[in-house]
Parts: sequence; C-alpha cells; structure tokens
Amino acid sequence: MDNYLQEYFPILVFLGIALSIAGAIVLGSLIIVPQKPDIEKNSSYECGFEAFDNARNKFDVRFYLVAILFIIFDLEVAFLFPWAISLGEIGVFGFWSMIIFLIVLTIGFIYEWRQGALEWE
Amino acid sequence: MAEIWTNYGWPLTWIILKIFMIIVPLMISVAYLTLFERKVIGAMHLRKGPNVVGPFGLLQPIADGLKLFFKETVIPTGSNTIVFVLAPIVTFVLALLAWSVIPVGAGLVLADINVGILFLFAISSLGVYGVLMAGWASNSRYAFLGALRSAAQMVSYEVSMGFVIVTVLMCVGSLNLSDIVEAQRTVWFVFPLLPMAIIFFVSTLAETNRHPFDLPEAEAELVAGYNVEYSSMTFALFFLGEYANMILMSAMTVILFLGGWLPPFNLSIFNLIPGPIWFAAKISLCLFVFVWVRATLPRYRYDQLMRLGWKVFLPISIGAVAVIGGVLVASNILPLNNTG
Repeated sequence: MDNYLQEYFPILVFLGIALSIAGAIVLGSLIIVPQKPDIEKNSSYECGFEAFDNARNKFDVRFYLVAILFIIFDLEVAFLFPWAISLGEIGVFGFWSMIIFLIVLTIGFIYEWRQGALEWE
Repeated sequence: MAEIWTNYGWPLTWIILKIFMIIVPLMISVAYLTLFERKVIGAMHLRKGPNVVGPFGLLQPIADGLKLFFKETVIPTGSNTIVFVLAPIVTFVLALLAWSVIPVGAGLVLADINVGILFLFAISSLGVYGVLMAGWASNSRYAFLGALRSAAQMVSYEVSMGFVIVTVLMCVGSLNLSDIVEAQRTVWFVFPLLPMAIIFFVSTLAETNRHPFDLPEAEAELVAGYNVEYSSMTFALFFLGEYANMILMSAMTVILFLGGWLPPFNLSIFNLIPGPIWFAAKISLCLFVFVWVRATLPRYRYDQLMRLGWKVFLPISIGAVAVIGGVLVASNILPLNNTG
C-alpha cells in the first residue's frame, strides 16, 4: 500500500510546482506592469457598443442533453476499462457478458437517435 | 539531521530536478511549436512566415512571450474575479500535470503509475473545467457561447476516444503506459488498428479545439471564444495550456499507436538512436499533421461536428470494441494479465 502511494508522490510535487509557476507568472505580470483600469476598458467586449445586460441568460437545452449523454457513455467506458485488461482471464464468458451489456446500451443509443436527441439543426 | 537529508532530502531534490527536466523542455517546445506552426502555414501559403526577429525568426516566440508579459492584465468589472483568474491557471496546470506520467523513453518517466492511461483520460476530462470557468466568469456573450460549444465538443469526442483506448487496452492487457509501448515491439498498433488510430487522431483534433473543429474560437463569429476577455499573462496561460495539450495529445497518439520510443524497425542502426529522440520525432510528425490540417481544411459547421462525433465515431468505435474483442477471444491471442 505504501509503495502504491509513493508512486503518486511525484505527481503531487509536480502539481505544487505547476501551480506556483502559473501563480508566479500571473502575479508577476500583475505587479510589475502598471495597471490603468478604465470603465470602457473593463467593460465586457461586445463589438463596440455597450453590453445590453447580463451575458448569463438562457441557452440551448441541447447542451444539457449532450452532457447527460456524455455521462452515460463515459460511465460505460469506465466499465469497459477493467474488462478490457482482464479479458485474457475471464475469456469467452466475460466477453459475452460484456456483449450483452453493450447490446442493451446500443438499444438505448438507437432510441436516443430515433428520438432526435442527436440532431443539431 | 543527516539521516533526514539522505532519506527525504535527496529523493525530493531529485524529484524536483526531474520535474524541471520535464517542464523546461516542454515550455521550450510549446514556444517553438507556435513558430513552427506559423512557419509551416506560411510555407503552405507561399509566404515566409515570421523572419524578422532573430535568424529565421527564431527569437519570435521569446519576443511574443515578453510582449504578453508586459501587457496590462484586464479584469472586466462584470466578471467573477477569482474564477476569472483561476480559469487559465487550471488550464495550464492540467496541461502540465498530465506530463508526469508520459514515458519519454524506456524507464524515463516521472511517475510510473500502473493506471497511467486512466490518469491521462481523467486529466484531459478535467480540461473542460478551465474552459467552462473562463466562459462563465467572463460574463461576456462571446466567451459564454464559446465555452458552451467547446465543452459540448470536448465531451462528445471524449466518448469515442474512450472506446478507442479500450480497443488498444484489449491488445495490451495493462493500463501502464510503458507496458502499452512495450506491447508494440513486434508491430505498432497503427497497422492492425488503423481505423481506430484515425478516429483517435481526429478526436484529438476536436479535443484540443483545433482546425477543422475550432468552432469555439471561430474568429469570424465568436472573435476568440472563451478567452476573448483575457489579456496579458492570463491569456498567455491559456495559450501555453492549449499548445501543451496539443503536444500531449500527440504524445498519446504516439504511445497508443506509433510505438512510443521504439524505433520503426528493430535494426542496430536505429537502436543506436536513443528512445527519447524517436519519441520526439514521432510527436513532431503528429504536430506537423495538426498544422497541415489547419492549413488545408475549412471549418466544420457545428451540427456537422456533433454528427461526426455522435453518429459516426461513436457507433464505429462501439462496434470496433465488440469486433476486436471477438477476434481476440476467438483466435485466443489475448494477453494474460501478468500483474494478477
């Protein structure tokens, strides 16, 4: 168990170093360079005229739909990873079990497709 | 005191040294990748590209970097200041962090974890957060639309990338990146799995928001997408992160399909050249294709992009998992899991 965690320690150090580099260059530029804020300069960019209102308004529901579909399929991939590396041991039985799982998911996928969840017109 | 130093001090110093041996060459490659891109596109347009700063424009990236550093950091009044500043840092840090598990040569890797490919997959998924945070915190329409498009696009292609990785894993039987490379000693996976390699490469283009899938940045309609409000070093971090991600995605393509640090043929002349050089050469080849695609292809429409991801790549890659798995099981050539 200890050895397992030891392999991840360099990643933690790496994270710390990367964070400090990123923070240092942003802060460094912010401190060294004279800042001259100005109402026009600090308003949000909208092709020359003033912004009408808050930019965070309604957006297309299909973005939500894509996110939900992503969760389903990404979970499926997460199931496939351990299956793929142990396929040599679980053999034919393991293979057919996963095929049944994939068929069920494909039925769901076909249903989504027929319902028009994948259309962007 | 001396014991603490030998037990913890030296290993830690060594780790930090190794980390800088990754970060410094990576940052230099990122800087020169921008010059490479401009030069290659210039040559494809029958132009010269940057050639004023230094011999052959070699100092151009440094000049660009310095210029960006000495610009004012504009933080829009309507923005969420903390999230706004955090977003580029997240993008940059994630792009660097992934490199901690990439093996550049036999045994030359910072953290040889046995779930390397899962780690890479997780880091590239987290990349969406930087984009979404930037788009949300900017409080600008263009940034918001750009971030939405970018997130939806990255997420869509992530799925087919996952299935493609599964097909490779079935042939390897391990999640460790060094094992994946070693498994290609007899034949690189690009030959038996050619369609998968193509799908993977096209998905990496979409994943890094590159041409022809650069709708999030579509300069004609969204000016620059999610980073329109950024300036100075906050912008530079996005830029560095994006290019580091391009190199990372090329490295993933090389590791999964082009045999990592292995020479193309097992000849003694080729074996004389060290592995990291082969690795870098193959990455450069992939990056050249990235640039080549940008110079050649027109931009996709958004509905075409989503159709390609969900209706073409996804069914093909799910089918491929079943077919390749079936072939491997039927012909009984599956690798046995040696770690038990």
